[in-house]
Amino acid sequence: MLNKETAGDIFDRIIKHSTADEIEVLFYGGKSALTRFANNTIHQNVAERNYGVSVRTAFGGKTARATTNKFDDESLRRVVQASENLARVQHPDGDLLPLPGNAALEGGRATPATPSRHFEQTAAMTPEQRADAVKEIVGVASRHRLTTAGIFSTAESIEGVFNSRGLAQWHTQTSSDISITMLAGDSSGWQKANSPDVAQLDAVKLSETAAAKALRSANPREIQPGKYTVILEPAAVLDIVGFMFFDFGGLSVLDQRSFLNNRVGTKLFGENINIWDDVAHPQQSGAPFDGEGVRRQRVQLVENGVVKRLVYARATAEKMKQSEHKNKVGLIEVTGHGFPVPNEMGEAPVNIVFGTPPQSNTVEEMVTGTERGILVTRLWYIREVDPYEKILTGMTRDGTFLIEKGKIAEGLLNFRFNQSLIHMLSNVEELGTAVRASGEESFDMVVPAMKVREFNFTEVTKF
Amino acid sequence: MKDIAGWALNTASLRGASYSDARIGDERSRALSTKNGKVGSASDSESRGIGVRVIADGAWGYAASDDLNRDAVQDTAARAVEIAKASSRVKQHDIQLAPEAPVTAEWATPIQIDPFTTSVEQNIDLLLKIDSEVRSVAGVTLAEANMNFHREEQWFVSSEGANIHQTKYTTGVGYAAYAFAGSEIQKRSYPNSYGGQWQNKGYELVAELKLVENARRVGEEAVALLKAEQCPEGVFNIILDGSQLGLQIHESVGHPIELDRVLGMEANFAGTSFLTLEKLRKLRYGSDLVNIVADARQEHGPGLGTFGFDDEGVPAQCTPIITHGLFTGYLSSRETAHTIGANRSGGTLRAESWNRLPIIRMTNISVLPGDKPLTREQLIASTESGIYMETNRSWSIDDKRYNFQFGCEAGWEIRNGKRIRMLKNSSYSGITTEFWSSMDAICSREEWVLWGTPHCGKGQPQQVMGTGHGASPARFRNVKVGSAYKGN
Repeated sequence: MLNKETAGDIFDRIIKHSTADEIEVLFYGGKSALTRFANNTIHQNVAERNYGVSVRTAFGGKTARATTNKFDDESLRRVVQASENLARVQHPDGDLLPLPGNAALEGGRATPATPSRHFEQTAAMTPEQRADAVKEIVGVASRHRLTTAGIFSTAESIEGVFNSRGLAQWHTQTSSDISITMLAGDSSGWQKANSPDVAQLDAVKLSETAAAKALRSANPREIQPGKYTVILEPAAVLDIVGFMFFDFGGLSVLDQRSFLNNRVGTKLFGENINIWDDVAHPQQSGAPFDGEGVRRQRVQLVENGVVKRLVYARATAEKMKQSEHKNKVGLIEVTGHGFPVPNEMGEAPVNIVFGTPPQSNTVEEMVTGTERGILVTRLWYIREVDPYEKILTGMTRDGTFLIEKGKIAEGLLNFRFNQSLIHMLSNVEELGTAVRASGEESFDMVVPAMKVREFNFTEVTKF
Repeated sequence: MKDIAGWALNTASLRGASYSDARIGDERSRALSTKNGKVGSASDSESRGIGVRVIADGAWGYAASDDLNRDAVQDTAARAVEIAKASSRVKQHDIQLAPEAPVTAEWATPIQIDPFTTSVEQNIDLLLKIDSEVRSVAGVTLAEANMNFHREEQWFVSSEGANIHQTKYTTGVGYAAYAFAGSEIQKRSYPNSYGGQWQNKGYELVAELKLVENARRVGEEAVALLKAEQCPEGVFNIILDGSQLGLQIHESVGHPIELDRVLGMEANFAGTSFLTLEKLRKLRYGSDLVNIVADARQEHGPGLGTFGFDDEGVPAQCTPIITHGLFTGYLSSRETAHTIGANRSGGTLRAESWNRLPIIRMTNISVLPGDKPLTREQLIASTESGIYMETNRSWSIDDKRYNFQFGCEAGWEIRNGKRIRMLKNSSYSGITTEFWSSMDAICSREEWVLWGTPHCGKGQPQQVMGTGHGASPARFRNVKVGSAYKGN
């Protein structure tokens, strides 16, 4: 495992090759393994080790980046040269800032402490242990006469940022994921969980829940598309709401490609919607610094339905302060959400935490209180149809149920939806407790289940 | 490199592997972009490493490392065998590979201009010139342009005796204009959305595309869309341009014919397929005009799915997928070929890079052009009423690849053979086989372009792959249009 001390030595070797005014080196990589199963068999089983350095050089207002996964002296010399060659030929950009120095002071206030996200048990997982867990999952499938497919993965990774102004940030963490699909003749069920601590994952419990969904949605019925009250489980919520968070980056508004253009400060969602970006949240994950090494701040993005703030990389904050938008975007300050420079996207919040209301309901309680509606386990193939009204399309998948008179009545054929996120988050009738959830379309978040009225299904498919 | 691969294969054999192969990859990329008159990003990257795939105790194992020192390579091979033995704890049957005669071969993408020999100044100047042309149009609020080059050199050596050295080049270039006003954001792209056109070519691709010449028009169309009429909702005849039809092929033909999906191997993530095995050579997939092939051979063209050999050493082939509307073929590998009664792989196993396990991927899945001469303008002229749609804006399809919905950047209403007005927010949806059965005209060879789809995601861990899709504009009758905006 590459550690901070070794990275510091590599940084010293790199900097000797450079003639640039300033230099920044990102370290990335780690060891990962993934055991994949389908048809009750392990059919793919992989492991990887890969580390790399990404070198940014700057000459005045000119900067560029070069990356390599080779650490011998000749390769390090070449990667510095490649970065410098790319940087030198550019036109100077007056908006390019010097590299950050003491990152803790960026943003002007103290940053929250983050809990350790490295667990030895996760890092030490063997192929045999993963195979034995898969054997248990297959055992559940066999008991229910189902077929299962999924993954069990574990990883140990590093991120580091060093620069010639003395900044040195380092983060190590582990991660583990289990995703399980249970398949019956004409139905299926799905569950997924992840954690830095593999001991928190319960493969059998996830398997039983996925199996119950597959069995309960057998012989699915077709009902007409239209507007329904839906209960979205947390994974379904995160996969759809994840499509709006890049628009909370300041550069997105400066570029006029955000659905928040002219909308910061307005009540865009329902009173019960509160959203933070909070890397230090105990259920969150990831490094406590951004692509330039700036410490991440806790930022409330939405308060009681009002879009309060955007997040900013250093350069974007400066640009926004000079722009025509400066008086209509709320507080402008560096928040530590920038991507590695140079880039076109600027920044985005990536540690999303939804608020839990004082009176939250479980999914079961939401079902009980629903006269007629649809319970959605998972959404799939979500894409943006309209960027300003934030209309998204996609499908339900792996467990869609009709609710009648407070009970799950039967499984349904899957639907296509075309739904404005603005409307959806204005129509939330009930929220659950926010939990760490994991899907396939968006990054992991801490989100609640939601009961939403008038969710817009436009078509029904054949299965 | 053969020595390094030999260390891996010897170790795998000593540890008990019954089959092994090693792929050593050495890759280089350049990525440049501009945005509103400035360089957006400029980066150069390289990556090198080895991936070792083995069968031991009848099961698969795969391990990859960036370290090519002898000890590390041997450790990587030993780890692959350890993983395979762990896999065998949960198996139903032993892996069997379809036979493939091992070859010693050299193959390289034929290019005219090595893109890495072109200067960065030259590349950026071109992007900034495009940017300037696009933004010369009043109302354009954002202009983005990109240029990407990739070179992948690979050595494939197997325990059966294969020894293949391939070098592949890819070039991609394109731009987009955005216009924001009031409560809407409109966009036009050229030559295609999501990064433009991508092919296995050198820098000559950049020169062929008339990028600067089209820039002002693209900007004007983005602004014009703000004032265009909303695409109506209903059932219409539609004509799709070649790039949109290429993505339609990708989603509703290319993915469902992947045999690993059909066999349930992707059920947890990418999904399965409606094309269950009994449908081969029985299902009517489309109208008699629909002829689609999976062709990885160089003679098909410089597509992102063109190569000499796939990543398990099988030579590039052409497989008929839909023949006069009849479903006739799947994409297969050495492991899966037997399930369709084939005695040989179709040669479609590919990996994103040296650190990823090769899986079944689309090659160039292309609809063949019509036999009778027919240009796009002649096709429009022969259409009494309908909507012409151009350039993808959104795409979505279910996990069996049956119900789809696409949005396009621009549309035009056709009446009495003429485009009478521009339409914004055009979209259409349907069921795969019903849609392809409604195709009643397709343009001929002079309109046919081999489009590149550079970012196709599949597998766990997810891999991104480039695929090719040859298409010319085609007409489809009585298609559901406009439901993407219904009720919002």
